[in-house]
Amino acid sequence: MSTPFYVSPQQAMADRAEYARKGIARGRSVVVLQYADGVVFVAENPSRALHKVSEIYDRIAFAAVGKYNEFENLRIGGVRYADLRGYTYDRADVTARGLANVYAQTLGTIFSSAAEKPYEVELIVAEVGNAPEDDQIYRLPHDGSIVDEHGSVAVGGNADQISSYLDQRHRDGMTLGEALKLAVESLSRDNNGGERTLTAEQLEVATLDRTRPQQRKFKRILGRQLSRLLEENGAAVSAEGAADESADSADSEGTSGSEGGSDSGS
Amino acid sequence: MDFLGEHSPELLPGRRPPLPVQGAVEAPHGTTIVAASFPGGAVLAGDRRATMGNVIAQRDIEKVFPADEYSAVGIAGTAGLAVEMVKLFQLELEHFEKVEGAQLSLEGKANRLSTMIRSNLGMAMQGLAVVPLFAGWDVDREKGRIFTYDVTGGRSEEHGFAATGSGSLFARGALKKLYRDDLTENQAATAVVQALYDAADDDSATGGPDLARRIYPIVTVITEEGFKRYTEAEVSEIARAIHERRLDEPDGPRAALL
Repeated sequence: MSTPFYVSPQQAMADRAEYARKGIARGRSVVVLQYADGVVFVAENPSRALHKVSEIYDRIAFAAVGKYNEFENLRIGGVRYADLRGYTYDRADVTARGLANVYAQTLGTIFSSAAEKPYEVELIVAEVGNAPEDDQIYRLPHDGSIVDEHGSVAVGGNADQISSYLDQRHRDGMTLGEALKLAVESLSRDNNGGERTLTAEQLEVATLDRTRPQQRKFKRILGRQLSRLLEENGAAVSAEGAADESADSADSEGTSGSEGGSDSGS
Repeated sequence: MDFLGEHSPELLPGRRPPLPVQGAVEAPHGTTIVAASFPGGAVLAGDRRATMGNVIAQRDIEKVFPADEYSAVGIAGTAGLAVEMVKLFQLELEHFEKVEGAQLSLEGKANRLSTMIRSNLGMAMQGLAVVPLFAGWDVDREKGRIFTYDVTGGRSEEHGFAATGSGSLFARGALKKLYRDDLTENQAATAVVQALYDAADDDSATGGPDLARRIYPIVTVITEEGFKRYTEAEVSEIARAIHERRLDEPDGPRAALL
């Protein structure tokens, strides 16, 4: 039997981190922004079936970049964790912090276990609160660390560039239309400073909307609503967005009453 | 549910060791649930009484729940077990929806409920039966559908109307005379409240509308737009109108003789 080469722990970890980072950088980016009524998730994703952004629980959503099978695995794990928690205790006892901790443990264990290859994923877990100050956004890089973020976050391919672009322009209390516009602008910037145009078909957009009367705050913005939000710009967008939302909430008013009722009953 | 069974089997309704007691266990029982379909969907309603033997255990219990956006379930039988079963059923539908990214078909939901009732058979043999009524909007066939169950989990689809629970015989009798297949949503809601009134009239375990305490039946409707529960004001309007008419005709509307 041959003696394996000695590799210093620093070198081994650096290699693994390098491997994971390269994997993540190959994919398209996802950005997450806080706006006045919640948190908006925008991903460049031409597929309608393979989601990068998904619902985890009432107030919690998940966004990921990297290898699909790996983050899908983590997503299902998260849904199971949240549903089991909520069933055992109460729906209010499922928090983004708890979920982010579980993800961090999982990613950390996999990253440092020599037997497995590190996951090439980067996750965002966000929870919408009753007020903008209560919103929580956690970014979970491939190595199992947790970063508590505020305002705007980007993960994936050009994360650094996009983040700094967003940091400069994002402000608190933006409307959905403004936040969406900023997100799309940031995603359409190329590595080398050029611009691409992203159409509604290439985008996956979802929100955690605190004004939604239902218990489950997650909502995908699809088709007509999305193209309308994208087409209009500036002030027109915000007016349109507000009108949309009020129409939506009026539609679902009845459902909310009933869900609230069922809650107290069960 | 499989995941729950593997990881925390003690949380599942049917997995507990049988109780060492003989004879019936005293626990609150829910009573009458009625449902009727109409061209745009289905209504599902329940009275508000829970009984324990000859005692009224609770007069404002809620026995009709949304299962998900397009279906509702009403429960008759042991209240504690039934509420837990509904909670697990809701969880399972939501879990499936989130994991698969699509809702279960109405048929799939009805089958799932059937299995859950069957897993409770051991308890049912000791007098702790749970017999729900399930109604929903079938997104594929675009119509409201109603399913009834027996204690062994046997499932059957009902066309028109259905009832379960101790007052179901009377409620079904009333609906038989009132039901037509061209009812509007509001008429269907009135018909089921009439049926509950008749059930309360003849069954001591079913509670009628309690005008003094403002406790009215729970009326829910499932249409293309999803689940909706009537507000207290809406139900009280129906219940008061019925009550008003019954002051003149205590037995309710008369059907034609021939």
